Amino acid sequence: MQPIASNPERVLLDQHDLTTQQLEQVLGTALERRADYADLYFEARSAEAVSLEEGLVKKTARSISQGVGVRVLAGDKTGYAHSDDITLDTLQIAARTARAIVHEAGETRVVSSAGPSQAPRDLYTLSTPPATIPLTEKIALLQQIDEEARRYDPRITNVMASLTVEQKHVLILTSAGVMVADTQPLLRLQVTCIATQGTIRQQGSHGGGGRVEFNFLFDQDRWRIFTREAARQAILGLEAVPAPAGTMTVVLGPGWPGILLHEAIGHGLEGDFNRKKVSAFSDLMGKKVASELCTVVDDGTLPNRRGSLNVDDEGTPTSRTVLIEKGILRGYLQDRLNATLMKMPLTGNGRRESFAHMPMPRMTNTFMLPGDSTPEDIIKSVPRGLYAVSFGGGQVDITSGKFVFSASEAYLIEDGKVTRPVKGATLIGNGPEVLTRISLVGNDLRLDDGIGTCGKEGQSVPVGVGLPTVRIDGLTVGGTQA
Amino acid sequence: MQLEDLATTVLQQAQRLGASAGDVLIATGESFSAGVRLGEVEKIHNAREKRMGLRLFVGQSSAITSTANFTREAVQTLVEETVALARATAADEFSGLPAAEDLARGFPDLDLADSPANLTPEDKIALAREAEAAALNTDSRVTNSEGAEFSSGSRELLYANSLGFIGRYDTTSYSLSVVPVASQNGTMQRDYWYSSHRKLNRLEPAPVVGKKAAERTLRRLGARRVKTQQAPVVFDPETAASLLRHLAGAVSGSALYRKTSFLLGKLGEKIAASGIWIDDDAHILSALGSKPFDGEGLPTCRTAVVADGVLTSYLLDTYSARKLGLRSTGNASRSFADVPTASPTNFFLRPGTTSPEEIIRSVRSGLYVTELSGFGVNPVTGDYSRGAVGLWIENGELAYPVEEITIAGNLLEMFQHIEVTGHDLELRGSIAAPTLKIARMTIAGE
Repeated sequence: MQPIASNPERVLLDQHDLTTQQLEQVLGTALERRADYADLYFEARSAEAVSLEEGLVKKTARSISQGVGVRVLAGDKTGYAHSDDITLDTLQIAARTARAIVHEAGETRVVSSAGPSQAPRDLYTLSTPPATIPLTEKIALLQQIDEEARRYDPRITNVMASLTVEQKHVLILTSAGVMVADTQPLLRLQVTCIATQGTIRQQGSHGGGGRVEFNFLFDQDRWRIFTREAARQAILGLEAVPAPAGTMTVVLGPGWPGILLHEAIGHGLEGDFNRKKVSAFSDLMGKKVASELCTVVDDGTLPNRRGSLNVDDEGTPTSRTVLIEKGILRGYLQDRLNATLMKMPLTGNGRRESFAHMPMPRMTNTFMLPGDSTPEDIIKSVPRGLYAVSFGGGQVDITSGKFVFSASEAYLIEDGKVTRPVKGATLIGNGPEVLTRISLVGNDLRLDDGIGTCGKEGQSVPVGVGLPTVRIDGLTVGGTQA
Repeated sequence: MQLEDLATTVLQQAQRLGASAGDVLIATGESFSAGVRLGEVEKIHNAREKRMGLRLFVGQSSAITSTANFTREAVQTLVEETVALARATAADEFSGLPAAEDLARGFPDLDLADSPANLTPEDKIALAREAEAAALNTDSRVTNSEGAEFSSGSRELLYANSLGFIGRYDTTSYSLSVVPVASQNGTMQRDYWYSSHRKLNRLEPAPVVGKKAAERTLRRLGARRVKTQQAPVVFDPETAASLLRHLAGAVSGSALYRKTSFLLGKLGEKIAASGIWIDDDAHILSALGSKPFDGEGLPTCRTAVVADGVLTSYLLDTYSARKLGLRSTGNASRSFADVPTASPTNFFLRPGTTSPEEIIRSVRSGLYVTELSGFGVNPVTGDYSRGAVGLWIENGELAYPVEEITIAGNLLEMFQHIEVTGHDLELRGSIAAPTLKIARMTIAGE
């Protein structure tokens, strides 16, 4: 991997023989026509993936990428050019290409930055970044995981585990005078177990990570907990009965089921969709969109979380944004383009997958604040319903507001008790409506273990979610038992 | 440096540094996209990219690395690191390059690249604008738009391995898409239509793409839910293709040797209704999934995967074939940062003789599904549960739009209960199917 420098702007500039003054000239080129704003996003990323299956660490992969994206904004227009070749020449060409979005000639402008500044937060400085851990230690961990899973139950017949670590250096320069650099570590462990009993097979998955050291996996025995969780889910699936079909009371467990918030309301509150008035939430600001038990925030400032960032990918410090306060819609998630056009504050949610992508409003860590009920009382309150504790992915149609998320571990609730496990089923609902049906909120807020990736318009970014136990009075469960 | 020279140099260097075998994939390309919204240019994106993926073996251990930095020093470092990684990786008796005698010798000309089009950025913007305008002008209820996008790209791809194989081919691609928004009584709906092809003149005309997008959006207005019930489900070609995508995953070598496929052990068995034929064909001229050789340098071909309902072949690469005691079907697909894995080329269900209208007429009460959402498919068991949007069929007619419902079943049972297939197969993407009717599924709603 690349040497870990304390000083990411030096990594990016020195390596390519570029000076701050030259970059200011490039921004000047980008702004030569009547543009409002221009920025440069430099990125150097190295990633390493180690994976095990059938008891062997068969695969090691490493990839290095670097490049620069040049963006020019004029009104609601965006010109973007990117290149994996970082030289002054390619930067100037990219700047001229990006500014082609603007036809009107403007005046020559001089851009000067205040010089490099450190990111305003320090959420994930690691004394030992995971990228520096020798391969042998990672391999040893995966082998322990394999043994642990098989020891859990003899019916575990295969274990697939992968550990991915990356280190990303970014440098952002804007015509507004911002120059900021950040080093972003990321680690993710994923364990999948296959259980076999006669002719029945099932799988279970679990994992975790964040902007953390390798040691995170050993603290509190996390790797073992994640592994046993994957094995437990696979075994449980062997005895699952068909899921019910129809509208019923649903209790969501704490943590990862927070994906409900991400799909049902998070995407619908992203600035771009609301500026264009194509979101089911357009024009609902200040209105009641949830029961008063619900307060939902997006917070990019939580230390070491997968969805956290010191600055977003436009150089804006991340923040905690209240989306819903006691049931009332309070905030949108913004990037620079949409905040400017909507005359709203920046929230530090301008994110992009890489230098090859334009930034847009994205979530960071999205969760609901805890309420007063105990999880036990919430379950006890339900005569018949579904208790869903683990999920696969979700998806939403922003415009109609309809969202789905798929339960991978769920149980029937019968007479206030959790009874039989049921097979996976998709849950479907309407974003602006679902939170109005929340009748109980637990006191057990949990954030997920750090595995979420969100896709939007072909761009993937790491995110987090969180939820206390909640009771929803009426959600459609897509099982097979009509 | 020419790509061929770069590949040769890298592989020679690798052998000098201790690799016993290896292969390299190099691609360079350019892309452009223009987005128009409500008649105005909204975004333009230009890119020029290159990438190299290197796989090296030390005996039966291997590692994969990738980079976009082609300088001599960077490549030298990459090779050294790859050898070191491979040495740290476990030996796997099934790993390795294909047998030298199996490598492709001649390459079919599949006509995958367009002759250089004299299309300026302004022309491309005009196409997007024209498509969106057609959508907006279809009906006054089309009140808004998420925009229209035209994109084009060209790529040259080279694959070489230490057995002396070297092959390259060029591709181009074009696509045009529109996402209109319609509103009625305070509710909004969006849908889309697109066209994509390797040849510019094979794209659907811009006004057709726009109008179709608008019609698909308009027919969703006023959507309601239906009662929870069991009923027949008719899949339009777009959603039917998604079923085929699940099947393609289940017949791919890695899912089989990992035992994560619901089709495990079903070779030679009836897995679909009689009259169902599914093929994988890498040689369709100018098609999006076609390739002259696979990701390991093996010849590509046409494989009958399902013949009259019987599973006749898996899709395999060299590694999964060795694991399963079978031969590669030439379906290795290679990405830069990952090992080759088997995946479909052009994968399609052969058309029947019935028109989609007749299929709809055959349903007394059931669902015509036009969009599916979510990830509720368990590849190990085939259990299926997804969100659905479509039109309700009453007495053989499309009666009203429906949404916020799910459809559920099991993929194996679904394929076994395909009652009829339409005559409307069109290879709009690399995976395609005609209209399909499945006898019965569970629909969850009110």
